[in-house]
Amino acid sequence: MSRPPAGRLPAGGRRIAAWLALAALVLAPAYLGDYPLSVLDNIMTSAIIAIGLVLLTGIIGMVSLGQAAFAGLGAYASGYAALNWGLNPWLTLPIALLAAAVPAALIGALTLRMSGQFLVLATLAWGISFFYLAGALPMFGGQNGLSGIPSLGVGGMVLGTDRGMYLVILAGLAIVAWMSLNLLESNFGRIIRTIRYGAAIGESAGANIFLLRLTVFIIAATFAGFAGWLYTFTLQFLDPGAFSLDNGIQYLFMAVIGGVSSIWGGVIGAAAYSLADRFLSGYLQQFFGQSFNVSSIFFGVVMLVLMQTARGGLWPFVSVFLVPARQNFTPLAPVERPNVPPAGAVLRVANVVKKFQGLVAVNDLSFEVEAGEILALIGPNGAGKSTIFNLIAGLLKTSSGKIEFLGQDITGWRSRKIARLGLGRTFQHVRLVPTMTVLENVAVGGYARHRAPLWKTLMRLNRDGERRALGQAAYQLERVGLLHRQGERAANLSLGEQRILEIARALNGNPLLLLLDEPAAGLRFNEKQQLAALLIALRQEGMTVLLVEHDMAFIRQVADRVVVVQYGEKLAQGSIAEIQRNQAVREAYLGVD
Amino acid sequence: MNFLIFGFLIQNALTTGAIYVLISLTLFSVATVTRIIYVPIGEIMVFAPFGLSMLMNGQVPGTVWLLVLLGGIAFLQDVWQMIRARSRHGWRKAVLLYLAMPALVAGFSLASTGANVPFVIKLVAGCAAPVALNPVLFRVAFQPIASATRLVLLIAAIALHFALAGAGLYMFGPDGLRTPGLTGVAFRIGLIPINDQFLLILGACVALIAGMYLFFEYTLYGKALRATAIHRRGARLVGIDPDSASQVIFTIAGVVAVISGLLIGPLTTLFYDSGFLLGLKGFAGAILGELADYPMAALAALALAGLESFSAFYASEYKDVIVFALLIPILLYRSWRQPAQLEEEHFE
Amino acid sequence: MSAPMLLEAEDIHVSYEQSEAVRGVSLKIAEGQIVTVIGANGAGKTTLLNALMGLLPCTGTIRFPQTPAAGISVIARVEAGICLVPETRDLFGTMSVEDNLRLGAFCRRRQRGFSTGELFAEVYALFPRLRERRRQNANTLSGGERQMLALGRALMSRPKLLLLDEPSLGLAPVLVKEILARIVELRGFGVSVLLVEQNARAALAIADYAYVLETGVLVMEGQAKTVASDARMVESYLGAVAE
Repeated sequence: MSRPPAGRLPAGGRRIAAWLALAALVLAPAYLGDYPLSVLDNIMTSAIIAIGLVLLTGIIGMVSLGQAAFAGLGAYASGYAALNWGLNPWLTLPIALLAAAVPAALIGALTLRMSGQFLVLATLAWGISFFYLAGALPMFGGQNGLSGIPSLGVGGMVLGTDRGMYLVILAGLAIVAWMSLNLLESNFGRIIRTIRYGAAIGESAGANIFLLRLTVFIIAATFAGFAGWLYTFTLQFLDPGAFSLDNGIQYLFMAVIGGVSSIWGGVIGAAAYSLADRFLSGYLQQFFGQSFNVSSIFFGVVMLVLMQTARGGLWPFVSVFLVPARQNFTPLAPVERPNVPPAGAVLRVANVVKKFQGLVAVNDLSFEVEAGEILALIGPNGAGKSTIFNLIAGLLKTSSGKIEFLGQDITGWRSRKIARLGLGRTFQHVRLVPTMTVLENVAVGGYARHRAPLWKTLMRLNRDGERRALGQAAYQLERVGLLHRQGERAANLSLGEQRILEIARALNGNPLLLLLDEPAAGLRFNEKQQLAALLIALRQEGMTVLLVEHDMAFIRQVADRVVVVQYGEKLAQGSIAEIQRNQAVREAYLGVD
Repeated sequence: MNFLIFGFLIQNALTTGAIYVLISLTLFSVATVTRIIYVPIGEIMVFAPFGLSMLMNGQVPGTVWLLVLLGGIAFLQDVWQMIRARSRHGWRKAVLLYLAMPALVAGFSLASTGANVPFVIKLVAGCAAPVALNPVLFRVAFQPIASATRLVLLIAAIALHFALAGAGLYMFGPDGLRTPGLTGVAFRIGLIPINDQFLLILGACVALIAGMYLFFEYTLYGKALRATAIHRRGARLVGIDPDSASQVIFTIAGVVAVISGLLIGPLTTLFYDSGFLLGLKGFAGAILGELADYPMAALAALALAGLESFSAFYASEYKDVIVFALLIPILLYRSWRQPAQLEEEHFE
Repeated sequence: MSAPMLLEAEDIHVSYEQSEAVRGVSLKIAEGQIVTVIGANGAGKTTLLNALMGLLPCTGTIRFPQTPAAGISVIARVEAGICLVPETRDLFGTMSVEDNLRLGAFCRRRQRGFSTGELFAEVYALFPRLRERRRQNANTLSGGERQMLALGRALMSRPKLLLLDEPSLGLAPVLVKEILARIVELRGFGVSVLLVEQNARAALAIADYAYVLETGVLVMEGQAKTVASDARMVESYLGAVAE
C-alpha cells in the first residue's frame, strides 16, 4: 500500500498552506456574512463529534449510532444549569463534559463487553432512549425544549449567535483535533490502534484491552458532550429533534464519508456532508417545490456505494497529496529486567489436561523448557500444538494441571499478566498494524513500560517518555537487523521481514521466554535462513525460546531439543536425531499401513 | 384499572405482540441466513397500506416505479458481472427477475387503478410491488458485499433504510394514513368486548408463523435456507447458492412485512416513517432468539408488547424509553451467551 | 492414458497472506483413478484442493475436459459432478443425518431420472451406521461417523470426481482403515477420487498415482507403489534420509 510520489507537496509548502488556511479561518468573521458563518459553525460542531467517531470507528473499530445522544446530554445539562442555577455560562462547560462522560463510563462498562453487531444495536438503543427521554421529561421542556438560554460573554462582550460564537467553536475544534492527534502519536495511540487487529496483540504486550476501549469511548463521548455545549450557547435554544437517532446516523455517515482512518477525515466528512445537505435541501427543494427528502435518499445511496467500493471514504484520496514528516530514531538500550531467569527450568508444564466439551485436546502433558535453550514442539496436524501454546500464553484455561513460569504458578493467569511477568509471543498469522511504521509496531511491544497519565498524553507533555519509547524500539530493530526500515509502513515488508518484525515487537517487552508460533511458515528458503540465524543469535545472548514448527530442516538448524506431540499427548522428546530415529514418531508422521 | 381496561390492554398487547413476534421471527431468519439485520423491513411494511390507498384513489404508487428503476440497476449489475467473468451464465435469471418481473408488476398495477376494479385485485397489486422490491434490493445493495463483515452489512442496511425512508416521503407525502377496519363484527368474552381486528391479526400471525415453520422444517428449499444459515460454505459445497438463498429469504420477509403492514393499518395512524420503530421493536425479540429457540424469541416479543401496552397506559410519554432502554440488558445477555466470534468484527 | 481426463491443472499458484502457499503445481486425474497428494503439515495441500474447487483464487489453468462449464464457480462444479469434502467436513450440525444427506442431493433436484430413494439406499448400504442414526442431529455423531456422513452427503449428488481433504484426520487407525476401504469401493460407483492426505502410507496403499507436495512445490510424482518405496518421500516428511 505504498503511496505514489506524484503530486506530493514539499514539506515547506505544506506548512505555508496550513498557516494560510488557518489564517483564513480565523479571520472569517471579517469577510463572511452571517449565513456562511452559521454554516461553518455547524460544520465545526459536527466535526468535533465526527472526530470522536473516527477514534471509535476508525481506530478501535466500534460503530456507534449514539453519539448524538451524548451531545444531547452535554447540551441539555448545560442549558438547564444555565437557565435554572444562575451559573455563569462558562461554568456550565465542566457540567456538560461530566454529563456526557459519566453516563458514557456506565454505559460503556456495560456494553463494551459486547461484540460487533450487538454493540451497534446497543448504541442504537441508547440513542433512541435519550431522544424519547429528552422529549418526555418536563424539566427538559418536553417536545418544546428549552429556550431563552443566556449567552456566553467575555469581558462585557456578548458571544451569542453564530457570529459571536464562531471563534469559540473554532478554538474548540482546534483543541479537540490537537488533543486527538496527540493521543494517536503516543504509547496509548499505538496500543489502541492494535485493537481492531485482535485483542491478543495488546494483551501480549500487557495491556488491558477492555479498559483501553472504555477510555476511548469516554473520550469520544466527552467530545460529543463538548459539541453539545457549543451548540447550546450558539442557538440558545434546545429541542430533542437535534439529538435524535437520525442525527446519530448522520454523524456516523459523516465519519465514514470523510474517512475513518484519520482525524482529518472527520473534519472533511462533516464539511462534505453539511455542504451537500444544504445544497440538496436548499436548492433542490426550491426546484421540486415540495417536501422531497433528497438529502436522505442521496446520502443513503452514497453510503451504499461507499460500502461497496470505498470503505475508506474520501481521506485516502486527499492524503495522497500529503506525506507525513518522519523522524529517524537512534537506538536506545532499555533498562534490564531485574529478575534474571533462574538456572534450570524457565517453563514447566505439569500434567496439563484440556477438554473441550468432552473432547480431550491435551492429555496429561508434561515437559520443561530449560534456560537458554531453544525447544521445538512438533507433531502431526491436529495434534493439539496450538492449544498447548494458547494454554501457556494464557489465552485458554487448563482443565487441570499446572503451568509454572519463572518459578511462579501461572495456571489460570490472564495473558496480559503472564506477558508482564516476562513472556513474549508471536502469532501464527502475522498480526501487525499495516498502517503503522515498522518502528511504531515494535514500540507496541514496550507498552507496559511506557504508560503515562492520559492527561499528559492529551496535552503532549510526555515528549521525553515518547523519545525513550521509540528509542528503545529502535534498539530492538537494530538487534534483529531491521533498523534501516524503521520509517516504512509495516504492510510494505515481505512476509519473512514481518515475522522478524513481530519477534522484535515481542523482544521489546524484555521477555525472558519467547513463544514463537510457526515462525517459518510460508517463508522462502533464504528468509528461513535469516530467521534461523536470528534465533541462534538470540540464544547466544541468553534468550530462551519455545517454538511450534512443522519444517523439520528448520528445526534441525535451530532447536536444541524437540518434544513430539500426538493426540494431545507427549509421544517422545530428545534431540532431533533421536526423534528422527524413533519408530513411534515415524509412524505418527508417515502413518501406518 | 378495572377489568374492562385490563381487557383492552391485554387485547392490545396480544395484537401488537403477535405482530412483533412475526417481525422478530422474520428478522431473525433473515439475519441467520444472510448475516444482515434487515432494518429496511419497516419501510416495506408501510409501503403496502400506502400503496393500496393510492390504488384505491386511482393512482399508481411510487413503489412500482422504484421497483422498475432498481430492477434496471440490478440488471446492469448482473451484465457487468457477466462481462467481467466472460460468461453468459445466469442471463436468464437476470432478465426474468430484474426486467420481466418489474414490468409485469408495473403493468398489473397500472391495470388496477380503474374505479371498477374489485378490491381484491387492488389488494394484490398493492402488495406486489413492496414484496417484489426485496430480492431486487438484496441484489443492488447487499450482494456485492455479501462476504463483508456483519458490521459493514449493518451499516449498509441502515443506509438503505435512510434512502427508502426518504423515498417513502417523496412517494407518499408527510400525511398520516388510517385504513378502515376490514369487518364490522364485534362480540364479547364475558364482560370484555373483543375486536374483530384482534382476531384477524391473531389468526394471520399464527397462520404465517405456522407457515414459516412448516416451510423451514419440511420443504427442501426451507432446509436449504437453514443449511445456509448453519454453514455457508457447506451449503455452497452441496450446490446451494448463498445469494439465491438470500433473495428467497428476503422475499419471504417481504411477504411477512407487507401482510403485517396491512394488518397494522387499521390500528394506528401510519406515517411514511412509522415502520422503522415497529421493525426495531420487533427486532428486540429477535435478538433473544437462537437457532433452536424460536419459542424464546416469540415469548420475548410478547413480553415486550405487554410491557409497552401497560406502560403506555401508566406512563405514556416514557413507554418508548422503557422499551428501548430494556434493549441494552437484552443485548448484554445475548452477547454473553454467544460463543467466541470467528470473524474479526471490525469495520473496513 | 486411454481413460478420459476429468481434471487438468497446470502451473497453479495460490497466494495466501503475503506468501505463495502453492507454487507452480500441475496435476491431472483421469476417470477411474484414485490419485493422492501427500505431504507434511503446512505443505499447502488444503490450499491446493480449495483452489481446484474454486473456493480460492489462483493463477494458472484448471480445465475440466468432460464438463467445461464447471470452471465458472463452485456451484457450477458441484452441478457438473465435482464434489469437495473439506477438512472441516462442513456438516449442518443442528440438522438430522437424513436432512444432511437429502441436501447433498440438492444440486440434482431438478434433474430427471434421479431417485432420491435410490440414492439413500446406496449410501445407507455403504454406511449402515448412518441409517441407524438417521434421525439424530449431525453434531451428536462421533468423529468417524461424521466423516462417513460427510462422504455420504457428497455421494448423494452422484459425483464423477470426489475431492477429499484429509479423510483420516482425527480418526483412530481402525476407522482410518474402514474409511479408506470405502473410498476404494467408490470406484465401483464410477467415482474417481483425488485424495489429499498427511497419512502417507495409508494413502499410498489405496492410490494409483501419487504427488508429493513440500512447502507448496511438487517434489515428486509417480505410481503410488514407486513413491511409497522412495527414500526421498520419507525425507520430505521427517527431514532426514531414511535408514
